[in-house]
Amino acid sequence: MTASVAAARPEVARRTRRRGGIVPPWWFAVPAILVYALVVLYPSIAGAGSAFTDWSGIGEAKSFVGADNFKQLLRDDQALGALRNTLLLTVAIVVVQNALGLLLALGVHTGIKSRLMLRLVFFAPVVVSPVMVSFLWKFVYNPAPDAGLNAALGAVGLGSLRQDWLGNPSIALWSVAFTVIWQCAGYSMVIFLAGLEGVPAELHESAMVDGAGTVARFRHITWPLLAPAVTINVMLSTVGGLTLFTQIIAMTNGGPGYATDTLSTVLYKQAFVFGKFGYSTAVALVLAVFVAAVSFLQIGYLRSRETTA
Amino acid sequence: MKYRPRTFLLELVMIAVAVGFLFPVYVLVTLAFKDQQQIANEPLSLPSPPSVSSFGEAWRSAGLDSALLNSTLITVASVLLLIALGSLAAYFLARTATRLSYSLYILFLVGIILPFQLGMIPLYQLVDDLGLLGTYQGMILFYTGIQLPFTVFLYTGFIRSLPADYTNAALIDGASHLQAFAHVIFPLLRPITGTVLILNAVQIWNDFFTPLLYLGGSGHETVPVRVFAFVNQYTSNYGLVAAGLILAALPILLLFLFLQRYVIRGFASGLKG
Repeated sequence: MTASVAAARPEVARRTRRRGGIVPPWWFAVPAILVYALVVLYPSIAGAGSAFTDWSGIGEAKSFVGADNFKQLLRDDQALGALRNTLLLTVAIVVVQNALGLLLALGVHTGIKSRLMLRLVFFAPVVVSPVMVSFLWKFVYNPAPDAGLNAALGAVGLGSLRQDWLGNPSIALWSVAFTVIWQCAGYSMVIFLAGLEGVPAELHESAMVDGAGTVARFRHITWPLLAPAVTINVMLSTVGGLTLFTQIIAMTNGGPGYATDTLSTVLYKQAFVFGKFGYSTAVALVLAVFVAAVSFLQIGYLRSRETTA
Repeated sequence: MKYRPRTFLLELVMIAVAVGFLFPVYVLVTLAFKDQQQIANEPLSLPSPPSVSSFGEAWRSAGLDSALLNSTLITVASVLLLIALGSLAAYFLARTATRLSYSLYILFLVGIILPFQLGMIPLYQLVDDLGLLGTYQGMILFYTGIQLPFTVFLYTGFIRSLPADYTNAALIDGASHLQAFAHVIFPLLRPITGTVLILNAVQIWNDFFTPLLYLGGSGHETVPVRVFAFVNQYTSNYGLVAAGLILAALPILLLFLFLQRYVIRGFASGLKG
């Protein structure tokens, strides 16, 4: 209110001081808020609202059905399977991608001559579209015994490990996870590298003088100081894993059967294939609550680790 | 740091890891340079003799020239809008300490963790009602809105770390708020503007799902959407598909090679907060 009253006065009167500077006019924020409200806030609220209706997506006709969509979700084996897949994928991606990213960062943060070249190699997949990376890996996962990964396994004498990587329901999910990890490990690596640059070299030098080995120095110096990088990496890969969509649509379309369906692909299919928009937004709301809850828990836990470390 | 035998050993290990890491790229490149018969007979070997005919055909049948134009137009317009709207809003949020501005800041932050799937369907309806399905404007509006929270977050953090006094002199000299922002504040934001530009451009350029939904069949499809359709159409012609994928990924990879220092720094600093 005060802002709008002040805005009506001449230029000079608006220049009240706060935080040691002259306050910018409130309308600086208006265009951004309007676009944000139109594209994100309004649709999200509307989406959450229609989760309690039987909306078919065509026309305005919808009636309030309370928690029916959520009850249906609890009985829907496909959705429950997708929830399980989503959680498994997320855990695999968070753990492996960040462990690999950390190892790569430690490896290229040393005095090896090829370190700059290697950073480029490991990071390059990050800038390529996930759709294209997915198609690239479909070549690698070619089910023929003499193509792609199978051929490479045969060539190094591991022919017994040959698989139908995307066609075998018990493996397909992990094949997709590995593609995501391959693409995003460089992303984690870069954030860890930024963290490693903040570790003072003197700490390592004095610890070395005291006789601390590589492992001890990592445990007591590097790892605690990397805490903020760990927080960011874990947060990003968790949200990425929970909302994973493109790679699955491009590589398996949720199959074979429902073996690689996730919450995102289920809500997409329910809406745009089966025309059950109300039910679909209920799945979306469950996904949103999951993402929010996990994010808050992680921020709380990881931040406390940062300050005590 | 001295180069010891241990360093050499590490060097070998890391190079071996990189070779394994590049295996998918080897598969893709060799496929693109082989003819159908060679792909069937010796799928993993080097192409001999290499044939480049797949590339011309892939370029034409995927319609990559117009897709590149569409992607460029949508990405550039969205990023420019994000920089303009995001920096202005963040300047207000970072420089005022009222309850209103704090609530607005939190409201923007919520957008970072809100999965877009929640609003996906109502937004589709809205874009349709506004007559923006299949248009550039619809996509630009969408990307500006969806990427604003992250952009505002980056700018606000940066502006808070700047001393507040810079604009006062300009304002006292009689400049308007907008002039002071454009001539004094905005140039100071250059490092974070670089980060905002790179992170948003990569995100928008590579997005697949939204343009598939909003632009499918409009003739305005972006590169990922064209490639998706192309791959599904020529699914059994591995050489052609591989060539198409390489051509589609090449522009962003070349850009990355030129800007790699800034890209990597942007990713790291942008996300360190």
